[in-house]
Amino acid sequence: QKTKESFLSKIGRAIAGKSTVDAEVLDNLEEALVAADVGVDTTVRIIGKIEERVAKDKYLNTSELNRILQEEVANLLVDAPDGGFKDFDVPEGKKPYVIMVVGVNGVGKTTTIGKLAYNFKKAGKSVMLGAADTFRAAAVDQLTIWSERTGVPIVKQQMGSDPAAVAFDTVQSGVARNVDVIIIDTAGRLHNKLHLMDELSKIKRVMNKVIPDAPHEVLLVLDGSTGQNALEQARQFTAATEVTSLAITKLDGTAKGGVVLAIANQFKIPVKYIGIGEKMEDLQVFDKVEFVDSLFSLNS
Amino acid sequence: MFESLSERLESAFKQLKGEGRISEINVATTVKEIRRALVDADVNYKIAKEFTDKVKDKALGEKVITAISPSQLMVKIVKDELAELMGNTEVELDIKANPTVILIAGLQGSGKTTFSGKLANFLKTQKNKKPLLVAADIYRPAAIDQLKVLGGQIGVEVYSEPENKNAVQIAENAIKQAKAQGYNIVIIDTAGRLAVDEVMMTEVANVKAAVQPQEILFVVDSMTGQDAVNTAKAFNDRLDFTGVVLTKLDGDTRGGAALTIKYTVNKPIKFVSMGEKLDTLDVFYPERMAQRILGMGDITTLVERA
Ligand SMILES: Nc1nc2c(ncn2[C@@H]2O[C@H](COP(=O)(O)OP(=O)(O)OP(=O)(O)O)[C@@H](O)[C@H]2O)c(=O)[nH]1
Ligand SMILES: Nc1nc2c(ncn2[C@@H]2O[C@H](COP(=O)(O)OP(=O)(O)OP(=O)(O)O)[C@@H](O)[C@H]2O)c(=O)[nH]1
Ligand SMILES: [Mg+2]
Ligand SMILES: [Mg+2]
Repeated sequence: QKTKESFLSKIGRAIAGKSTVDAEVLDNLEEALVAADVGVDTTVRIIGKIEERVAKDKYLNTSELNRILQEEVANLLVDAPDGGFKDFDVPEGKKPYVIMVVGVNGVGKTTTIGKLAYNFKKAGKSVMLGAADTFRAAAVDQLTIWSERTGVPIVKQQMGSDPAAVAFDTVQSGVARNVDVIIIDTAGRLHNKLHLMDELSKIKRVMNKVIPDAPHEVLLVLDGSTGQNALEQARQFTAATEVTSLAITKLDGTAKGGVVLAIANQFKIPVKYIGIGEKMEDLQVFDKVEFVDSLFSLNS
Repeated sequence: MFESLSERLESAFKQLKGEGRISEINVATTVKEIRRALVDADVNYKIAKEFTDKVKDKALGEKVITAISPSQLMVKIVKDELAELMGNTEVELDIKANPTVILIAGLQGSGKTTFSGKLANFLKTQKNKKPLLVAADIYRPAAIDQLKVLGGQIGVEVYSEPENKNAVQIAENAIKQAKAQGYNIVIIDTAGRLAVDEVMMTEVANVKAAVQPQEILFVVDSMTGQDAVNTAKAFNDRLDFTGVVLTKLDGDTRGGAALTIKYTVNKPIKFVSMGEKLDTLDVFYPERMAQRILGMGDITTLVERA
């Protein structure tokens, strides 16, 4: 488990007895942000803002600095528009509500889908899964196990079949059975592979032949331990599928997932969920304050 | 964000141009740019700092003895230092023992199972070996099926015990079977685990203790960010691995994690994985990796232009 010593208490010591935030404190701050994968550009921007505020407000004590810091960092994160999802609710008039899950290889898409199914079901929703990863070895078997674990139906075809056809089938079958939520798994793909990104656009397109505004949500899953490449992932997946929300996984490790700060800010995509383990209970709705806090906590 | 190092250096070098010597002042800006470029390539910030401090010392130490311009001198120093750091010699897999046991370990989703398949294929087709793949991941849904599908694709046998929830036993039994049936390579695929997960780290350490592998390969995603330093250190502390495998290099990541890991544990990178298909396994070329991280190709151009 993580042992946390507040970064800010360390900063507090550094500025004790001083009337301004000096270069050393800003250096420490820069270090903390960069070490959390926030990236140089975003870090420099945050520092610049702090410097501006300090220049304007002159005197800063630890708690003021603390507050300003949290504010500036949280400001970079966008809020999810549909507030209701906190309880794994689905928006009015969108039934079935279709979620398509995308991302590069191995980030945790299929596992996140299992966790989502569990949570939606727990919230009283009926769920259906679509196994549109027909490529990765045993991908369908893996999602099938999640469907059994969570007790939700799955639509699947043979390995190697057309993923768009599976997605189409799933949405059609979900409509027929009048389920609340449909979640489509897709094969992991690196964003620089054009033909695979095109395939994703096609999977997306085919669904709105059944429901005109489906998928209602395109969830991009990012591995929390990924560095600056996550920005490129966000850029390319957004270009191909208009990503509407983010999930950051594997935050139960020591990685901080700070790169989402830059992503949320640059692409205006809200972070909705975080993954904190491999079990179906290990999904949380994203909490801005907690996340910002953890960026500044030190690992032992 | 992904501005290349050369672009960054170019602007920094503008300030160096025309000056007859490298001074404290002009080297500081350049060094800062190099550092930021490394961090943007996901090199750990502390390592980037140590690296650039060294570069700075070298640069200042050399002063104006040679005929080349200060910018050319900086480029040369960066290049030399990095090449030295990444290591210059290829390190081969030690597969003399019969059977040779190879343990595969790493974080979740890093590419262990896929790599296990690739390695088996490589040893079978390139080294004329008879490998046995062992499914010692007892946690991930369909982990055994996945390895079996891969084994099927390359015609390599997979040892598994679907009902057994003891990875150590499975590994031991697999080796017994390998000896009995004349397999000369045993590749043990293990479950993904976090370095901070005590129970899981103990499990893999126990597997190691039980089977005494000749090779322990740490599989790491080349897109990993700053945390690579913690993970590499923790896995190395527990397993004292013999080599590193960098995966997903078919992406567009700069791959600074490679430098971080090399710097942190000083173990050779033995393979790189560049795709999902089982025939895409490459040996590691330090020079290429250094180029990738730094945009060295670009630097050469820079020298010409400087
Ligand atoms: N510790 C931890 N492990 C996770 C988390 N989410 C997923 N995993 C693990 O990460 C590995 C990969 O997860 P998958 O769900 O198969 O990832 P994927 O994106 O579907 O992978 P591909 O379909 O192959 O691209 C598995 O071992 C999961 O158990 C998380 O939040 N924490
Ligand atoms: N593009 C690309 N994908 C890769 C590479 N290596 C593995 N993958 C993909 O990454 C995903 C995860 O690979 P796995 O081999 O299942 O990873 P793992 O480490 O065994 O995962 P766990 O057992 O869940 O910890 C799969 O979708 C693989 O196809 C690679 O070099 N390039
Ligand atoms: Mg998957
Ligand atoms: Mg595996």
